Amino acid sequence: MTPSTRGFREMKAVVVRFAGDSGDGMQIVGERFTDTSVTVPNSIATFPDYPAEIRAPVGTIAGVSAFQVHFGSQTVLTPGDEPDSLVAMNPAALAVHLQDLVEGGLLIVNSAAFTAENLAMAGYTTNPLDDPAIQKKYEIIPLDISGLAVEALKDSALTQREKLRTKNFFALGFTYWVYSRPIEPTIAYINAKWATKAPDLAEANIQVLKAGYFLGETTEVTRNRYMVARADVSPGTYRKISGNEAIALGLIAGAKKAGRELLFSGYPITPASSVLEALAGYKHFGVMTVQAEDEIAAIGVAIGASFAGQLGVTATSGPGMCLKSEFIGLAVSTELPLVVINVQRGGPSTGLPTKTEQSDLLQALYGRHGESPIPVVAANSPSDCFRAAFEAVRIALEYSTPVILLSDGYLANGSEPWQLPDPASLPEISAPFADPSKPYVAFARSPETFARTQAIPGQVGLEHRIGGLEKDGKGTISYDSDNHSEMTRLRAAKVEAVAKSIPPLRVTGERNGKLLVLGWGGTHGAITSAVELLRAEGFDVSSTNLRYLNPMPPDLGALLQGFERILIPELNSGQLCLLIRARFLVDAVSLPKIKGRPFKISEIRERALQLLND
Amino acid sequence: MATEIQNIPTVAALNRKDFVTSNDVRWCPGCGDYAILNSLQRTFPELGVPRENFVIVSGIGCSSRFPYYMNTYGFHTIHGRAPTVATGVKLANPALSVWIVTGDGDGLSIGGNHLMHLLRRNLNVTVLLFNNRIYGLTKGQYSPTSPVGTKTKTTPSGSIDHPLNPILFALGAEATFIARTVDNNPKHMVETFKAAHEHQGVSFVEILQNCVIFNDSAWDPIYGKENRDDKMLSLEAGKPLLFGKDKSKGIRLNGLIPEIIDAATVAPGEILVHQPDHPSPLYSQMLATLNLPDFPTPIGVIRKIQRPTYESLIHDQVEAAKARKGSGTWEELLHGDSTWTVE
Repeated sequence: MTPSTRGFREMKAVVVRFAGDSGDGMQIVGERFTDTSVTVPNSIATFPDYPAEIRAPVGTIAGVSAFQVHFGSQTVLTPGDEPDSLVAMNPAALAVHLQDLVEGGLLIVNSAAFTAENLAMAGYTTNPLDDPAIQKKYEIIPLDISGLAVEALKDSALTQREKLRTKNFFALGFTYWVYSRPIEPTIAYINAKWATKAPDLAEANIQVLKAGYFLGETTEVTRNRYMVARADVSPGTYRKISGNEAIALGLIAGAKKAGRELLFSGYPITPASSVLEALAGYKHFGVMTVQAEDEIAAIGVAIGASFAGQLGVTATSGPGMCLKSEFIGLAVSTELPLVVINVQRGGPSTGLPTKTEQSDLLQALYGRHGESPIPVVAANSPSDCFRAAFEAVRIALEYSTPVILLSDGYLANGSEPWQLPDPASLPEISAPFADPSKPYVAFARSPETFARTQAIPGQVGLEHRIGGLEKDGKGTISYDSDNHSEMTRLRAAKVEAVAKSIPPLRVTGERNGKLLVLGWGGTHGAITSAVELLRAEGFDVSSTNLRYLNPMPPDLGALLQGFERILIPELNSGQLCLLIRARFLVDAVSLPKIKGRPFKISEIRERALQLLND
Repeated sequence: MATEIQNIPTVAALNRKDFVTSNDVRWCPGCGDYAILNSLQRTFPELGVPRENFVIVSGIGCSSRFPYYMNTYGFHTIHGRAPTVATGVKLANPALSVWIVTGDGDGLSIGGNHLMHLLRRNLNVTVLLFNNRIYGLTKGQYSPTSPVGTKTKTTPSGSIDHPLNPILFALGAEATFIARTVDNNPKHMVETFKAAHEHQGVSFVEILQNCVIFNDSAWDPIYGKENRDDKMLSLEAGKPLLFGKDKSKGIRLNGLIPEIIDAATVAPGEILVHQPDHPSPLYSQMLATLNLPDFPTPIGVIRKIQRPTYESLIHDQVEAAKARKGSGTWEELLHGDSTWTVE
C-alpha cells in the first residue's frame, strides 16, 4: 500500500500508547505495531503495562491494559516518556492515561464506548470528550470504532460478539494510516495465526484492519499524518526479543559453550514465569524443565542437578528470592555452580506484582544469613538479558559459585530488536570435572580463580560428601575457629577474583568531568538518553551502567574520582548509592523513584541539570 | 577428605567395609541409627550397583548425618529439603541409585510438602524415614509423629497436636512402594531396603527408630521382646495376616472394618491374605490404620504398585522433542520464528 504523500509531518521519534480494557486486545495491537515498525526499520523500544488481575470487571479502572511503543529514525533506548498519541478504547483507559499524553497530542478514542455506564465506572460525571479544556489541549479524533468494525463486517457470518472483538484491529489500521506504516506485515501475521484454524476470523480481522486504514485515507477525520524515516541501523540479522526470552536463550547458549546440560527449575511467579515457559519449548536442545512444588523446591532441584554435573538454574521474583535464600546459602557453602535469576517487581511482600522496581539489590548482595558473598550481575535492556544470562552462567561455572542475575519487570516484558550474535564470538566456558586418575580433594582451589573442582556422582573412585556444615580445605567437617575464619576469607576471595575477568567500563562521554550519572540494570536506556541530550546541549556530563554489582568493576573507583559530582538514579530508595558511598567514600547523590514505573528521560535530565548548574 | 584412588573394588567384590568412611560416627551410644547404618552398609554391596553410582541425600537432624558415614557420594543439604536436591540429582543422571535419609521432623514437618510431591511424582529413589517421634538434634522437642500428650520442653502440659501417620501420609500422596521396618531387626531392615531398591518408582520406608536419650523405648510397646508377638504383624505377600504366638490370631474384614479373630475358629479363606499390589488403595489404607492399642502394627511391604517414573517421563519428553524437531542448533536458537535483515 502506497501511503499518500500529502500533509506528512516528519518526526525523529514517536511514542504511541494503546490503552483499553484487558479484554480489548491492546497487547496484541501493541505487538503488531512493534513488529511492523522494526521492519521499516526503526529503532524501537516497548513497554507493556497490564493489570495484576487477569480479567478485572469490564470497563473498570482496574482492568485497564496498555502497551507503549517508541519508534524512531535515531537510536531509541527507552519506551519513551510521554505518548505523542494515545489510543483509548474506553473511558477507563482515558481516565488512567490521559494525564501522560503530551499537550497537543493525538487522542484517538472509541466514542462508542463512552456510554453513561462506562463513564460512571471510570469516575466521570460528564463526558470528557465534551470538555472544552480537553478539546483545546489535545487533538481529539473520536471514532465509533465498535460501530465501524461491525459495519465493515456486515456481510460476515460471525456473531455480533465476534465482530465486536475485531475492533482492536480497526484502531490499529487507523493508527497505521496516521503513522504511514505498512499493513502487510499484520495481514501476514493474521493469516499465519488464523487462516487455517479459523479462516472466517482471519478474513474478518483483515477486513477490519483495512477498514481502519481506509477510513483515514478516504475521510478527513484528521489532517495530521506523521512520518518516521528509516533508522540508520547497523547491518545484520535481527529479531525482536523480550527480556525473559533473551534470558532463556542466554542460558542455553552458556550451557552449550560450557558443554553442560541445562536443567531449569522454577515455580510460577510474575514476572518471571515466562522464563520457565520459554525454556519448556527448548527440550530438543537437551534442556530439562521442572515446575517444582514451591520456590524452595525449585532451587533445591537446580542445586541437585548441579551437584550431579548439569547446570542448575532457577528464576523467580522478589518474594521467591526470600524463600530461596537458605538454599542459596547452601550453594555458597558447598561452592556449587548455580544461576538464580530475580526478575524484580515492586515490593515488599506481594507488593506490585506486575510493576517494575530495582529494590532487591541489597537483598541480592546481603540477603542471606552468615558471611555469604556471591557474584551479582544485572541486565540493562531486554536484548542485553542474553549477554547478562550468558555471563551469569560463565561466572557460576568458572568460579564454582551461585550467581544472582538481576532483571526487572520492565526488561522482562519490554522488547526491542536484537542483532543476532555470531555464536563463534561468544567466549568458551571452561569448568572441567575432576580427573579420576588423581586423588580428589573436594575443596582444593585453583590458584587463579579460587574455584574448587567438582567430582560428580558416577565418577569412579571420587566418592565424597558435601554439605552445609563448615568444612576444611579437604572437605572434612570442621568446627575449628581458625579454619572457619580462613574458609570465610577464601569464599570471599573467590568472589573478589571474578573482578579480574570484568571488562573495562563503557562510558558515554569522557572519563572525567563535572558530572557522572551512574546506573545499574534497566535504567540504562533512560540514563544514556538523558546524558546524550545534555551532551548535545553542551553540558559536561558522562554516564555508565554497572553490569557487575558484586564484585564491582576494578576501574570503577578511578572513574568516580574523575568527576566532581556523581548522580545515581535508581528505582529504589538509594541502594546502589549506599554501596557506592560506603565503598568509595564519594559524596554521590541519589535520585530515587519508587512508583512501579521506569524513569522518564526528563526526570533524569532535570535532576542532572540541577547538579550541573549548582 | 582426599579420596584414595587405589583399590577400587569391582561391583561383585564390594563388601560392607567398602561403604564405611573414616569419619567418627557421632550418634549417641545406643542410638537406633547405628543399626540402620550397619544394615544399609550390608545392603549396598548386595545390590549390584557400582559404589560410585550411589548418592545419599539428607536434610537436617540426627538421621541426616547419615551421608558422612557412608562411603558413597553424599549431600547433607538443608532442613526438610532433601527430596528436592535428590530430584535434581536423579534427573541429571537416572543411572544413579539415590537414597534420601530423613526423619519425622525433617521429612514430615518442615519438609512435608517436598516429601508429598516427591511421592506423587514417583521419582525412582528410596526414602528412608527414621521415625523416633521426637526432635533429637535440638534436644527433645515433640515431633509431628509424637502421640497427643507428649511432654517435652516445649509442651510441658503435653502436646495437643494429633500425630501424623507416615504410612497414611505416603498413601495419601499415592506412593507406589510403602514399607515399614524396625531398627531392632537388622535382617528385616536389609530385606526391606533390598525390596525398596528393586522397586521401579518411589520407595517410602518408615523405620521405627529408638532415640535412646529423648524418647527411649518409644517403640517397645510394638517391638519390645514381650510385646512383638502380639503387637507386630509381619507382612508377606501371598500369606495370610496372622500374628500372635504360634500365629494364632488373624485379621479379617467385617464390611469395611478390620477385626481380630482366633485363627483356629474360622475357615482359612476368611483371613485376609496380604496383597501389596492390591488394586484398591482401600486395602493399603486399612493396613496403614492398624495400630495400637487395638491392633498389631504391620511391618514389611504394605504397598507395591507400578506407575511410570518421573525421570523416565521427563527424559522421554526430551528425547521425543529431539526426534520430532532434531537436536537444536545455534542457528535455530538465535533466529527463533522470525528475523529480518538490515543491509
